[in-house]
Amino acid sequence: MTAATVAVSRQQIEDFLYAEAELLDSWALDAWLQLFDEDAKYEVPSNDALDGDPAHDLMLIDDNHARLAARVERLNSRRAHREYPHSRTNHQVFNVRVEGSAEDISVTASFTVWRFRAGRSSCYVGRYRYRLRRTDDGFRIAAKRAELDMTDLRNVGDVAIIL
Amino acid sequence: MSTGIETRRPKEAEMRPQLPIVDDDPATQRFRVHRSAMTSPHIHRAEIERIFTKSWLYVGHESEIPEPGDFVRRPVGGRPVFMVRGAKTGNVNVFHNTCTHRGALVCRQDSGNSKVFQCFYHAWTFDSEGQLKGVPDRDAYAGGVNFDELGLKRVARVESYRGFVFASFDPDIVDLPTYLAGAKDYIDLVVDGCGGSVEMVRGTNQYSFSANWKLLVENSFDGYHAESTHDTYFKYLVSIGTDLRGGVSGREVDLGNGHAVIEYSSPWGRPVAKWEPLFGEEARTEIERLRADLVARHGEKRAHAMTEVNRNLLIYPNLIINDIMAVTVRTLYPSAPDAVDVTAWALAPTDEPAPLRHRRLDSFLTFLGPGGFATPDDLEALESCQQGFASGGVEWNDISRGMGRVPMANDEEQMRVFWRRWQHQMGAAADLAGAQ
Repeated sequence: MTAATVAVSRQQIEDFLYAEAELLDSWALDAWLQLFDEDAKYEVPSNDALDGDPAHDLMLIDDNHARLAARVERLNSRRAHREYPHSRTNHQVFNVRVEGSAEDISVTASFTVWRFRAGRSSCYVGRYRYRLRRTDDGFRIAAKRAELDMTDLRNVGDVAIIL
Repeated sequence: MSTGIETRRPKEAEMRPQLPIVDDDPATQRFRVHRSAMTSPHIHRAEIERIFTKSWLYVGHESEIPEPGDFVRRPVGGRPVFMVRGAKTGNVNVFHNTCTHRGALVCRQDSGNSKVFQCFYHAWTFDSEGQLKGVPDRDAYAGGVNFDELGLKRVARVESYRGFVFASFDPDIVDLPTYLAGAKDYIDLVVDGCGGSVEMVRGTNQYSFSANWKLLVENSFDGYHAESTHDTYFKYLVSIGTDLRGGVSGREVDLGNGHAVIEYSSPWGRPVAKWEPLFGEEARTEIERLRADLVARHGEKRAHAMTEVNRNLLIYPNLIINDIMAVTVRTLYPSAPDAVDVTAWALAPTDEPAPLRHRRLDSFLTFLGPGGFATPDDLEALESCQQGFASGGVEWNDISRGMGRVPMANDEEQMRVFWRRWQHQMGAAADLAGAQ
C-alpha cells in the first residue's frame, strides 16, 4: 500500500469534495454512489439533535450502502414525485479541515446547498463530517454526515435531495 | 382602477343561498368539500377561533419532562406555551409563555431543566409552579405587587391521557376522556402494545409546506393513495425481500367527536411485532418473543391487533398517531390558509432494548420523515393540490369513496368523519356566501 503512506494534502481533499459536489449537482447519482465503500454510511441527524446517534435517536436520514443505493434508484426514477423533475442544486463546500492518517482521514467542512425548483428556492447550511479512505485510484467515502445549522426544516420542507 | 370589464360574480355570490362548505348528501351517496375551505383567509381565521381555541390540543408527552423542573416549549394552536414539571407538586404545568409584567417570553429555550423562569427584560422571576417569586425594586409599586395574582398564566385546561398531555384554551370544554371518546381505546392499543409505558425518542422532525393543513389530515389516513403515490417505497420493500402479496386491507372506524382510525394489515414489518427481511434473520426470535409476551398478557385477539394491525389515528382536530412501520406522533398547525407547520416525533416503548430501538428507528426512516422514501412525495402531492385549487374552474373536492358500503381502509369515510365535525364546529362561519 504505497498510496497509504503518502501524506494527504487539503487540496487533494478539496478536489475530491468538489468532484463529489459536481456529481450531485449534475444528478450523476450512479457515479456518485461509486464513491462510497460497501460498508459506508450516509447520515443526516435531526436539527435539534445534531449529535444524534441512529442507534437511539431519531435521525432525518440513516442510510447504509443498501439504502443509499435504494435512495439513488428512487431519485433516478420518475416516481420520486418530490424530485421529478429534479431540483437544480448547487453544493458549495468551504472551511475544509483534514485530520488523521492517510488510511483513515477525517474531514470537516462547511456547506451551503442551494435548491431551486418550480420558482422556489431553499438553502441548506451546515457542516459535513466525512471519513475517507485513500485507495490507489483516489479516495473512497466510508462515512458522510451532514449536520444542519438551521434550527428546523420549516423553510426547506424536506430533505428529498442528497446533501 | 377599472378594467372596463363588467363582472357579475359579486352579484351572483350575494344571490347565492348560504350553503355549507361540506356537502354531505347520503341520498346520492355524494360527499363534497368546497375548495374555499382550503384557500379562504376568512375560513382560516374562523378555524383559529372556532376550532383551535375550542378543542383539546396535544402539547407533548410526559416522558419529555420526567424530572422536576424539566420543560419543553413549543407553539400550540399558534401560541407559544411551555410545559414544565412542577418542582413542588410533580404535576405537569402548561403556561402561556409570556411575562405577566410586560409580555416578554419567560421560557426562551426549547427544552431543559430550570428551577426558575426569569424574564430577562425586567428580571421578574417565576418558579416551576408559575408562582411569582421575585420583582426587583418592588418598593416602587405604591399599591404593592400582588404575587398571587401575577403568577404565570396557566392555559385554561390541561389534562393528560396515558402520558399524552393535552391543553385547551376553552375553560368550558368537556373533560379530556369524554372528548377523546373512542380514540382512547386506540391510544390504549398503541401504549399497551409497547408494554404499557412509552416515551418520545430524542430528535424532532419540524418541517413546513405550502398547503392547507386539512389536506395533511386527509393524507395522514388515506389508504387510497398509498399504492399510486408511494410506488418507490413499495419497490424498495420488494428490493429488500418483502412479500407484497396480501397488500393493504382493513377497515375504517368512526371514533366519535371527529376522531377516526383506519386499521389494516400491510406488507411492511412492525417493530412490535411483525418480522420482515429489513429486521434481519437474527431479529426473528426476539420479535416472536415480543408477540408471545403480548399474547400472554392480553390474549390472542388483542395481541393480534397490537402486533399485526396498523393504525392511522386522527385525534381531532390535528393530532396524528400512526402506528405503522414505527409509531409516529405528529401535530399540524396552519400558519396561513396555504401553509402548515408539522412537528413529528417517534414514540417507542420506555427502556426498549437497544437492538429493538435501533431496528424501530431504522424502520421509521424507510417511509417516514422529511428524508424518508414516502413523506416528501406526500408533501409534493398536497402542494400540488393547493396549486391546483388556484387554477379555479373546479369548485369542489370529492370525498365520496366507499359511501354506501361498510367502509374499508382505502375508502374515505374517516375523512368524512373529520369533515362533518369540522363543519359542525365551524357552523355559520363555514358557508359558501361567507367564504367569498
